[in-house]
Amino acid sequence: MDITSDTHSQHISNQFNQELEDLKTHLMAMGGLVEKQIQDAIAALLEGDSRLAERVRDNDTAVNDMQLKIDEECTRVLARRQPAASDLRLVLAVIRATSDLERIGDEANKIARNALSLAESGRSARGFVEVRHISEHVRNMVRDALTAFARFDTELALKVVREDDAVDSEYTSAMRSLVTFMMEDPRSITSILSVMWILRALERIGDHADNLAEYVIYLVKGLDIRHSDVDTLDERDLGSKG
Amino acid sequence: MSVIHSPSAAPSPIVDFADAASCFVIDDLTLDYAGKPALSGLTLRIPRQRVTAFIGPSGCGKSTLLRALNRLHDLNDEAGRQGRIRLEGTDIHGDEVDVAELRRRVGMVFQAPNPFPMSVYDNVAFGLRLQGIKRKRVLDEAVESALASAALWDEVKDRLHGSAWALSGGQQQRLVIARTLAVQPEVLLLDEPASALDPISTLKIEELIRGLKSRLTLVLVTHNMQQAARVSDYTAFLQAGELVEYAATDRLFTNPRLTRTENYITGRMS
Repeated sequence: MDITSDTHSQHISNQFNQELEDLKTHLMAMGGLVEKQIQDAIAALLEGDSRLAERVRDNDTAVNDMQLKIDEECTRVLARRQPAASDLRLVLAVIRATSDLERIGDEANKIARNALSLAESGRSARGFVEVRHISEHVRNMVRDALTAFARFDTELALKVVREDDAVDSEYTSAMRSLVTFMMEDPRSITSILSVMWILRALERIGDHADNLAEYVIYLVKGLDIRHSDVDTLDERDLGSKG
Repeated sequence: MSVIHSPSAAPSPIVDFADAASCFVIDDLTLDYAGKPALSGLTLRIPRQRVTAFIGPSGCGKSTLLRALNRLHDLNDEAGRQGRIRLEGTDIHGDEVDVAELRRRVGMVFQAPNPFPMSVYDNVAFGLRLQGIKRKRVLDEAVESALASAALWDEVKDRLHGSAWALSGGQQQRLVIARTLAVQPEVLLLDEPASALDPISTLKIEELIRGLKSRLTLVLVTHNMQQAARVSDYTAFLQAGELVEYAATDRLFTNPRLTRTENYITGRMS
């Protein structure tokens, strides 16, 4: 059967409803913080704002703490409630999602570190156009993946999964043009390498958003589409539950 | 773009086994007591040498279905039946069927341990003596083998001639299982076999159920859904005398197909 965002609030045990509701709320709070980290890291880079970059670096601990806290809540629910069916899938999806969100936090941290070193070198690096473009794309993916999680929206989740291919090809073409810049001007190699690390981090964030979207499909449909080709999913009957 | 589409018509809630793999084949079975329906139009197959669990709320008909499998419901004069139950291809209500022999082949264990008021040894030998077996050596061997199969031999071998009532609840329940096993059944029906037992005794019964699967077909009725999830290969969910969903246990407890099943196993209002 398909589940909706209020499926988890219909237990006879109100306490259990509350525990599952808390898991979702805390996951969304962690997602919000991680989104902010990406946004700040990119702003710090594009505006050369070292203080903002330092703040991103410091906030990474908060992201890590949230992962530990939510995982502990999940462990407690597993031990005390022995959840089944959609309840079990929710707990598993949340555990997996915290791990990807934490990794997105790490990537934001990497972007902030490279932003700092670029700001210190004082060079206006090439490739900011590409960074701006790809960062907007992956930020939308993360936002949509979190929205899909909050709303149990599999259509939106599938859209995120499809977006990931677009980000991958944008990344490849951005890398190609940066290589050209380096060949033209060897003095820019150090700063362009920093930009390449940033692009790499953004591309990884896209991958993690893709994972988050896949967990939404698992949660709602009970279908594990990790390692599946998204194009073949069209032909597979993902529905047929009632 | 509707790749993941919404439910269409619900397909039949039946997992199916070939005749060759089926122990029981139940065909459109309807049972009632004094005109009050208890089961309506059940069709399902119970696979051989597997553990099949029936779950559902009180009064859903799961015990009635279990009892129908060795014709215990016949003992009630007001019980009516339509439809057919075949055991290894033979209609269990056929004229040529000897009910006592049917109940030897299809043994039953109840919720409360019910050892007879006699020694451990005599309890296990009871069915064999009924069959006319008198030679001590044959009985000794059968008793030991049945007690060993019920994972009880080591605990009672030094007190075989003590009263069965002196055993703990968990031991008594395993003794009852040994008594049933002594007559070499093909099927073991278990009606809430562990609901009166402490958690350790419960786990021993569950371990025993798993061990017996290589020789017997086991059918289990339980209110304890975790128990069904732990020990069974297939689970049938019944509600109000109907078979709602019947699936591989792994599937039923991770991703049931129907909302009614989901609501029941996850403790939701329905």
